[in-house]
Amino acid sequence: MFNFIIRRLGIAIPTMLILIVFSFSMMKLAPGGPFTSERPLPPQVLANIEAKYGLDQPEYMQLFNYMKGIITQFDFGPSFRFKDRSVNDIIAQGFPVTLTYGIWSFIVAVTVGISLGAVAAIKKNSWLDYTAVGITIGAQVLPNFVMAPILVLIFTLWLGWLPGGGWNGGEWPYLVMPVIALSTSYMASIARITRSSMLEVLNSNFIRTAKAKGLSNGSIILKHALKPTMLPVISYLGPAFVGMVTGSVVIDQYFSTGGIGQLFVNSALSRDYSVMMGITILLGALVIIFNMIVDILYAWIDPKIRL
Amino acid sequence: MGSVASEKANQLAKHNPKTRKIEQMAQNMANTAPVKGRSLWQDAYHRFFQNKAAVISVIALTAIVLFSFIGPYFAVWSNEEIDWARLGKATEMGAPSLENGHYFGIDNLGRDLYSRVIQGTQVSLMVGLIGAGIAVFVGTFYGAAAGYFGGRIDSFMMRLVDILMSIPFMFILILMLVVFGRSLYMLFIGIGLLAWLDMARIVRGQTLTIKNKEYVEAAIATGVPSLTIIRRHIVPNLMGVVAVYATLLVPGMILTESFISFLGLGVQEPNTSWGALISEGAGTINYGTTWQLFVPLFFFVVTLFSFFFIGDGLRDALDPKDR
Repeated sequence: MFNFIIRRLGIAIPTMLILIVFSFSMMKLAPGGPFTSERPLPPQVLANIEAKYGLDQPEYMQLFNYMKGIITQFDFGPSFRFKDRSVNDIIAQGFPVTLTYGIWSFIVAVTVGISLGAVAAIKKNSWLDYTAVGITIGAQVLPNFVMAPILVLIFTLWLGWLPGGGWNGGEWPYLVMPVIALSTSYMASIARITRSSMLEVLNSNFIRTAKAKGLSNGSIILKHALKPTMLPVISYLGPAFVGMVTGSVVIDQYFSTGGIGQLFVNSALSRDYSVMMGITILLGALVIIFNMIVDILYAWIDPKIRL
Repeated sequence: MGSVASEKANQLAKHNPKTRKIEQMAQNMANTAPVKGRSLWQDAYHRFFQNKAAVISVIALTAIVLFSFIGPYFAVWSNEEIDWARLGKATEMGAPSLENGHYFGIDNLGRDLYSRVIQGTQVSLMVGLIGAGIAVFVGTFYGAAAGYFGGRIDSFMMRLVDILMSIPFMFILILMLVVFGRSLYMLFIGIGLLAWLDMARIVRGQTLTIKNKEYVEAAIATGVPSLTIIRRHIVPNLMGVVAVYATLLVPGMILTESFISFLGLGVQEPNTSWGALISEGAGTINYGTTWQLFVPLFFFVVTLFSFFFIGDGLRDALDPKDR
């Protein structure tokens, strides 16, 4: 197990470095420096500003300083658009919002998805199963950017039950639609994976043995079938997490929740490279760490992987 | 001595009705046409056309493709023309109607939605096909090479895929679009390069099983160079799996492009795509112009469904585990 964790770290750390170096070189490739504006600055002023931000140093030194800042102080540098704010300030403003509805969406997708899939598998070929399968097929073509306007149309414009956007400190009426819009398609995928995995497990020999021993249905499913069923589901959690992190951009944009995704799009449209880079690296790190935890969890449940 | 024995047997056979019957049967068999074997592809073809959902999907998809080519000939308004009489009055006068030639209504800027949707359909389908094409090409050769060479090369190449897979690519893609400028060309490359990773994994797994087949061994023994073996023996035998995942990749590409265009970071005016149209429609639902959302959404949903069902049908038809 210990060796496995070390080996897994051996992937995570280079990935992180590649991500940082890649986004840094993208920023350097971008046309126009951060301080080019319509009115050209006097060369002396420009030189002073560049010296202040360390842009007069050779590029490898800049990269080194940038990485040193991130690793030692968790400092992503100054924003190029808002002269009085650092990237950290901007991220700190949006991150809690994204985290709140992101965690809720993840919980909803996993719990509803697993229960729906498990029920469908246990009651195979009943109306419950058909409904569940129908939902999972339908949700394939309902990604977050399709769900969001449809939800607003139904619940805000036609029924008038929920506010159509905003955040308001994360009160629950403001939370419902973002969570549903973000979680639906992943919920469906988890349900589909759970169903097929559980069907396979329920047909296997050890379940037949358990039945032959006279165990009750409930204890067969909870004690014997659930754990092997979970393996494919766990390996899907990584991609689902990436999808949700990415989807948060749409949610923020459409519901104006003010989360990190909205900041990302705004900075993309105004070419605020340092903010874009900071967000990319932060979310990248989050995804990489999450993937690592999922892999370790997987290896813990399924000893075959550790070899 | 031997000839005497065989003569005896012949005489016996003449008088034995059973032997005669067998001879007759042999004659019959020799006269009838040889039984035709069914190839893997014929079999798959047969299976595929028994799958109702897949057949309906093929028809629906063909209809949409035809619509995007023939549709312009029936358009009354071009996609750039602004209907000044109805501009700004989309809610009251912009609804779909046959009389004024706006079959799908008008969009928020007074343009004909029918022509806009045709334009968007062309762009979205093109992005889907070209993106998937790039992904299939790169992924197949990368995966086949990794699987074929094996050993250290394989583990290095696959480790690289692992690393690239755990990066949230959408952000990198948006970063690239912002840095290098937003063009269709950039979208194709970006989306295609993002999607080959899964393909490479699947192809590698298949290659590992094909590699150990006798015909590959024979090719190695006769001294065929590695690259030729990959090109002539491994890749053609991968085609079944590749075909299935390619059809499943196309809707994935369309989804990715729509996602980026929905954010306003993809295709730019005057070009459009389903994602951009859905985004415009989603922005104006407050004014009651729901057709601006539902018309492009309809095309988007039908196309995605069709590709998914066709992919499923192909998988059932080509999956050797099933026979």
